[in-house]
Parts: sequence; structure tokens; C-alpha cells
Amino acid sequence: MAKKTLNIVESAYRAVMEEQDDTVLWVLAAMQGAGAEHTVVLRGNAVNYAVTGQGAPALEVGKWKQTQAPRMDRDLVDLIEKRKMTVYAIEEDLALRGIDAAGLVPGVRPLSVKRLPGLMAEHQVVSHW
Amino acid sequence: MSKKTLTFALMDPPYESENLTTAFRILDAAARRGHDLKVFAYEGASALAFAKQAPHPNPVHGKNLAEENHPTTKDQVAALLALAEASGGSVDWVNCGMCVDERGVGEFAAGRRGSPADLHTFTEASDGVLVIPTK
Repeated sequence: MAKKTLNIVESAYRAVMEEQDDTVLWVLAAMQGAGAEHTVVLRGNAVNYAVTGQGAPALEVGKWKQTQAPRMDRDLVDLIEKRKMTVYAIEEDLALRGIDAAGLVPGVRPLSVKRLPGLMAEHQVVSHW
Repeated sequence: MSKKTLTFALMDPPYESENLTTAFRILDAAARRGHDLKVFAYEGASALAFAKQAPHPNPVHGKNLAEENHPTTKDQVAALLALAEASGGSVDWVNCGMCVDERGVGEFAAGRRGSPADLHTFTEASDGVLVIPTK
């Protein structure tokens, strides 16, 4: 059985336009496909990934046009529904940014930072990204 | 609007930050207005025009090569140069020579090899200078 890994994702919107996804969430999805067992906690600016309906306009440079601009909410839906990953978002970080839980991607679970140590203790590996 | 000469210094490598997306949006807007653009691609940015960049399929996204249509910055640089020419402006895209040697990225799809002396020359000749540094 794979080691249970808790991934605390704090870096956000880094190179997502060029990669057309978040590279951390991408590698977790790829590892899950290879048999890993991941749980994700979004904290800091990364909690914004859980806001539904977001998206940046595709990049255009002259006649070159991007056709697959990233959608972070869509990628979270993929993690939750297709990869069967549990995804949390830190409540206090959501509140600091004025993000209402009602606007989150379905399936994202708000988590108080006070519960984070307990969650860490339930996992064999903790990775902070 | 009168034509301006604008210098940009870029430092981030491709696929590492959002700074370059911002830079390309600004460069595109300036080129569309026919300005003369001077770009000094320094440090990691010297790989932006590397000729051997290649798009890839993305199995995690469930997309093949064509569907994923993965961006390459070399194509963006080439598109910028073409846009400037079509708009009556120009782009002098300089890749820092020592930077490309360090990284083995000396084959360019666009632009030319240069040195910090080019940035100095650009700065002296420009109406405005914008540095978009690595943070």
C-alpha cells in the first residue's frame, strides 16, 4: 500500500499560463495515477484555486494564440472527481481573502488551521509545496 | 501616438513564473502600436527563444499533442518579431551570450546573441526602460 502523503500547497499561480496547469497539482495527479495516495491542503494564496468560475484570458502574441488557457477550478474538480483525492482549503486563509465557502469548487473541504497538525499526524509523509 | 523606443530586461526562465506572461502581454501591446522594442533576455530568460523547445501531449489532461497545443516561448518570441514588423515597428531581441553558454541554449529560433553592453546601448537610446526581474 502506498504511503499516505499530505501535500500542503502554498505556492500559487506560478507558471500556470505557460504550463496550462499548476505544476504541483499536475505532478500529484500523475503520481496518483502511478499508485500514490495523496491528500491536498490548499493554503495561503493557493486557496484561490478553489474559487469556481475563475480563469485568465489566453495569452496572445501577434498571430500566436493560446488555445488551452488554465482553469484551476477545473483542475481541482479533476483531482476530486476523477483522481478521488481529498482536497482541503484552510478556512482562515479563505476568510482573510474574503472568499465565501459557498463559492468553492464542490467537494473542497474547508479546514481550520487548528486541525492541520492532527491531519499531518494521520499521514506518513507531509510535503510542503 | 508618437513612436517610442522601449527597452525591456527580462530575467525569468520559461515555465517557472507568471512574470513572462505579463511581459509578453506588455510586449504584444507595444508591438501592436508600432513602437521599436529592445529586449535584453538575461539569465533564465535567455532560454526563451531556444530553438529546441518542443510542445508535448499531456496525458494528465487527457489531451494529445494537437489538443494540448502546449505553448513554447520560442513561438511567442517569433510571433512578437513578426507582429512588430507588420505593425511598422521593430524588435531587437538580444539573448545574453554568457547566459546561453551556461545553459547550453545557444540555438535561437529568433533574436541574436549579445551582451550587457547591448542593454546599456538600449537604455541610452530608449524613451523608457522596464525591468521585469526574477523575484
